[in-house]
Amino acid sequence: MTRLHKGALDKTPGATPVPMPRIQRETWVNWALLGLLLLAPMIANALGEVYYVNLATRIAIVTMAAVGLNLAIGYGGMISFGHAAFFGLGGYVAGISAFHAFDMTPVLSWPITMPGTDNLLVIWLVAMLSCAVLALVIGAISLRTSGVYFIMITLAFAQMIYYFAVSWPTYGGEDGLPIYLRNQFPGLDTNDPLTFFLICFAALVLALAITARLMQSRFGAALTMARLNETRLATAGIAPYPIRLVAFVISAVITGLAGALFADLNGFVGASMLSWHRSGEIMVIVILGGVGRLYGPLSGAMLFVLMETLLGGLTEYWLLFLGLILLFVVLFARGGVMGLLAGRARHE
Amino acid sequence: MSDAVLTLSHLHKSFGALQATHDVSLDLKAGEIHALIGPNGAGKSTLIGQITGHLMPDRGEVRLAGENITALSVAQRARRGLGRSFQVSSLADSLSVLRNVMIAVQGLQGHSFHFWKPVHRDASLVEPARAAIARMQLESRAETPVSELSHGERRQVEVACALALKPRALLLDEPMAGLGPEGSARLTELLEELKHEVPILLIEHDMDAVFRLADRISVLVAGQVIAHGVSDEIRANPLVREAYLGD
Ligand SMILES: Nc1ncnc2c1ncn2[C@@H]1O[C@H](COP(=O)(O)OP(=O)(O)OP(=O)(O)O)[C@@H](O)[C@H]1O
Ligand SMILES: [Mg+2]
Repeated sequence: MTRLHKGALDKTPGATPVPMPRIQRETWVNWALLGLLLLAPMIANALGEVYYVNLATRIAIVTMAAVGLNLAIGYGGMISFGHAAFFGLGGYVAGISAFHAFDMTPVLSWPITMPGTDNLLVIWLVAMLSCAVLALVIGAISLRTSGVYFIMITLAFAQMIYYFAVSWPTYGGEDGLPIYLRNQFPGLDTNDPLTFFLICFAALVLALAITARLMQSRFGAALTMARLNETRLATAGIAPYPIRLVAFVISAVITGLAGALFADLNGFVGASMLSWHRSGEIMVIVILGGVGRLYGPLSGAMLFVLMETLLGGLTEYWLLFLGLILLFVVLFARGGVMGLLAGRARHE
Repeated sequence: MSDAVLTLSHLHKSFGALQATHDVSLDLKAGEIHALIGPNGAGKSTLIGQITGHLMPDRGEVRLAGENITALSVAQRARRGLGRSFQVSSLADSLSVLRNVMIAVQGLQGHSFHFWKPVHRDASLVEPARAAIARMQLESRAETPVSELSHGERRQVEVACALALKPRALLLDEPMAGLGPEGSARLTELLEELKHEVPILLIEHDMDAVFRLADRISVLVAGQVIAHGVSDEIRANPLVREAYLGD
């Protein structure tokens, strides 16, 4: 048992930092996909194909929703089946605010008067704060459980909120709520499809950058250990529960902001944004792209939205094909699409 | 016993009908190695679990530096200064040795809600972790994923994690197993040196190491302490010879 290999002696303990990860094939694939997402709508816009600009916007938004969920599932090991609650809440914040701004009625008249607004910066802030509060409540309770119970309880919470929205006539109930005029970003024309795309794309890049940075921090190290070996984390003196809870909240905030953008893209928010189908869809995107890979949601969302658009136009049975692909990914390509494109599984 | 760092009084623990711990009282004093020996299934690991909070005793009390910690969680006890190694190593297999040990340093420093600074560039985490790894003579394995280590090496990583916590009491569950004679000898030396920094409760089947290292020995059989004393007393004790040393 000789442990002193050649070279071990001239390494000063303590002086060498952990080597920086090399730029790998995966990084190139990530940037290529991101570049594609940025360039395609620009070209489409130049050709006057607004439809494809909006399609790219949709991909960017759905990717962002999945980036949020990936933080919970992929990095935190928390399999939430209720992220539609945050996606929908973000959407409703945008919708309700626009509704009151249009009507010129207050959102709240008691205890304080809160007027509606069509300022996106305010709407996003409110959407993120609302999602943070909701996630704090849902997470605080759900994270007492784990495994299948966690999946079911997050689903149950989301369903509660879904039925609440359906049965609340003020904001359209089952019919949903139209956003007649897209909410405004100071200094930009959000009605221009390419401008709105760029806003969504910027938000996505920000979400990716924040997630990447977060996962390299102390918080990320603790979250990773909470997923890999909870006992080790606790034995090191770090309680897993608060770490998970904070990660769950951040995850919800990202997904919620995506929801707010989605409502503005569609000019409509309805209970379908809160439904369990939506939770499932976001989860499918995470799995398709490769769980716990930073850019996995991007390839997952591209595949998902393109299939939905192309196959969905051809056959009503496109979900069957989606199911088959999903089955294939789960059985043969554990790393998801990113695993296929970038080779070997993620290494930590 | 004013100088006891760790005191267990009247601990009881059952798993269904099985009495895994039956009225166990013992203590760990500053500067000593207290060995806990006993046959397989005697309840040694179960006892460590109750000290560190991985298991809750049915009755009894655990005190660390005078404070009653019986109701505290694993993480709270670790922060108060309990470091342990597991008999069956409990590490993150896909992470490097360094990353595993760094978590302990992070726990010691007590701030995990830092969201921005990358840990791999944080010398205040990396350097103490490397020092603990060096102490276990695992420098050459620092970047290796734990999954590629031998069982013996994994246990050493466990010890490195415990050391990185700068504990007030160190609880080691069979740290020599799987090390081979050379590795055992080296670890024996290290523990001898270490006990002056932190008292050690040592579970070990390697009797040579136990008799060489231990200032005191407690013998656990079927959940009960059947003998307790300094090494020579235990070696001579007829009950122990019969129940445990097998003659
Ligand atoms: N979680 C558990 N549930 C039920 N029984 C358990 C549990 N943990 C331990 N036991 C039982 O308690 C008894 C004591 O186990 P323990 O692991 O503490 O023994 P030990 O002295 O550490 O043995 P060894 O030398 O083999 O490590 C054994 O009979 C074991 O089967
Ligand atoms: Mg044991």
